[in-house]
Amino acid sequence: MSAGTVIIGASHAGVTCAAALREAGYTDRILLVSEEEGIPCHRPPLSKGYMTGAVSADSLPLKSASFYQEDNIDLLTGVKVTAVNPGQKNVVLSNGKIVSYNYLVLATGSKPRPWHGADLPEHVYTLRTVQDASNIARRAASLSGAVVVIGGGYVGLELAATLRTHFKKEVHIVEMAPRLLRRAASAELSEYVAELHKKAGNFLHLSCPVKAINAGHKTTIDVVLHDDTVINAEMVILGTGIVPEQTLAGEAGLACQDGIVVDKFCKTSDEFIFAIGDCSRFPVAHHAQTLRLECVQNAMDQARVAASVIVGEAKEYAAVPWFWSDQLGVKFQTAGIIEDGMTCVVRGEKSSGKYALFHFYSNGRLGAVETINQPALHMLARRLLAAEISPDMQQAGDVQFDLKGLIGK
Amino acid sequence: MPELIFHQRDGSVRKVDAKSGVSVMQLAIQANIRGIDAECGGACACATCHVYIDESYSDRLPDLTDEESEMLEGVAAERRPNSRLACQVMVDDSMDGMGIEVPDRQF
Ligand SMILES: Cc1cc2nc3c(=O)[nH]c(=O)nc-3n(C[C@H](O)[C@H](O)[C@H](O)COP(=O)(O)OP(=O)(O)OC[C@H]3O[C@@H](n4cnc5c(N)ncnc54)[C@H](O)[C@@H]3O)c2cc1C
Ligand code: FES
Repeated sequence: MSAGTVIIGASHAGVTCAAALREAGYTDRILLVSEEEGIPCHRPPLSKGYMTGAVSADSLPLKSASFYQEDNIDLLTGVKVTAVNPGQKNVVLSNGKIVSYNYLVLATGSKPRPWHGADLPEHVYTLRTVQDASNIARRAASLSGAVVVIGGGYVGLELAATLRTHFKKEVHIVEMAPRLLRRAASAELSEYVAELHKKAGNFLHLSCPVKAINAGHKTTIDVVLHDDTVINAEMVILGTGIVPEQTLAGEAGLACQDGIVVDKFCKTSDEFIFAIGDCSRFPVAHHAQTLRLECVQNAMDQARVAASVIVGEAKEYAAVPWFWSDQLGVKFQTAGIIEDGMTCVVRGEKSSGKYALFHFYSNGRLGAVETINQPALHMLARRLLAAEISPDMQQAGDVQFDLKGLIGK
Repeated sequence: MPELIFHQRDGSVRKVDAKSGVSVMQLAIQANIRGIDAECGGACACATCHVYIDESYSDRLPDLTDEESEMLEGVAAERRPNSRLACQVMVDDSMDGMGIEVPDRQF
């Protein structure tokens, strides 16, 4: 009998891969190993509805406990894989066991970027797990002073929005780059997001690297900015991005470069080992550079690709990336890949709070669409991008022009 | 406790006791109903929790918001008049016996 598939990491990528294997008729053993305790959960609500209580703990699990039983997936939680031996095709677990595999899937995800400074004082948090979210919510409910969110990425901003509107805190967002969402959104969108946060009463400090986070008097924390200004806070959130979890892969000699390097079938440099989700770096059509994405879509679609290869029905990874963010009552959705140097065309009126940004490459091809409170247009943009159908710039900017008509022509 | 009746893709029927106040999507995940993927976990952002709901219950369902209606335009399977996103339909006692059909695909 085959040793089956071992999947390391049981989050969006790992759990979806296990489910996709069974759905495709895979009958060998599946072992899903998770360092985190408890049943695997959705992460996106942690900075949004879970913080405010709108999403209850019961609705966080990705799958119910009965799913793992019915599908005969061995879920091992609270156990870490401590080594991968590609030569022997086995992995070593923190409980001392050694498990053989026929295929290995690295779905190790990412972790908050470690802070560069000395020891951090109390009440400095990062947000990745349900436990982190509960700790932040508990602290937010008990403090009266200000909160500093370091880093203007999506997770930090969603949290800043929740802390402002739900917990009514004074919130400072401190970002080293000249604008918010430097990596994840266009300049045009980040400007709009910045306006929304200011309107909500949040304080933005842009182009403002943080020099130090020091313990202040009693419960306060001193956040020292680059120009030595100090913000006194009772809680600090480090939203300074994530780093891919590639330790095991690196130690096993697999190619890594800010992510575990894979091909379009999610295969690493070892033919029996795949890497999927936040931890993987992969090639993309029409792009000279490889990419690493930090979103649910990528985790789930790559999981299905790896499963398709394992069951012998290999499909390439060619999905259009998509992403959403809910903050300050606005739904932001992105389809495609935003890059520097694209030409932006606005569709609709910004003042109406419902509009879209179409981003074109220099050759006139549509590359990405950011929508603001326009879910239907987002869904249409996904279809256009998947089919590689480009409106021209004038059509994109003309709300009278029927973009749907381009499909099926 | 209302009972909902799920018609899965393989033709099997599952009756599930529901608590009021959870969404049809949450119920489906808890009961391990196949074919409701719910990738976004209920944020009305993925359209992979598409279902067809027994038309005779249509007056008992919450109204379709613009957001849900717009996302329904992008579902993978055919959109029908009784199409809903399961994450946007909260269960209440009046839905006892309601039939819910899982579409042939979600993406
Ligand atoms: C607060 C928050 C909000 C977000 N909001 C959105 C959103 O709105 N939309 C969106 O698309 N994305 C969002 N994301 C991003 C999304 O959650 C990630 O892209 C997704 O979780 C990636 O899934 P993954 O399975 O690749 O990795 P992860 O979720 O990082 O999971 C990896 C798992 O592997 C485990 N692991 C690692 N090493 C080992 C080992 N050696 N042994 C055993 N286990 C190991 C880890 O403990 C972890 O549980 C958000 C993320 C956060 C934190
Ligand atoms: S779960 Fe994503 S739209 Fe319903």
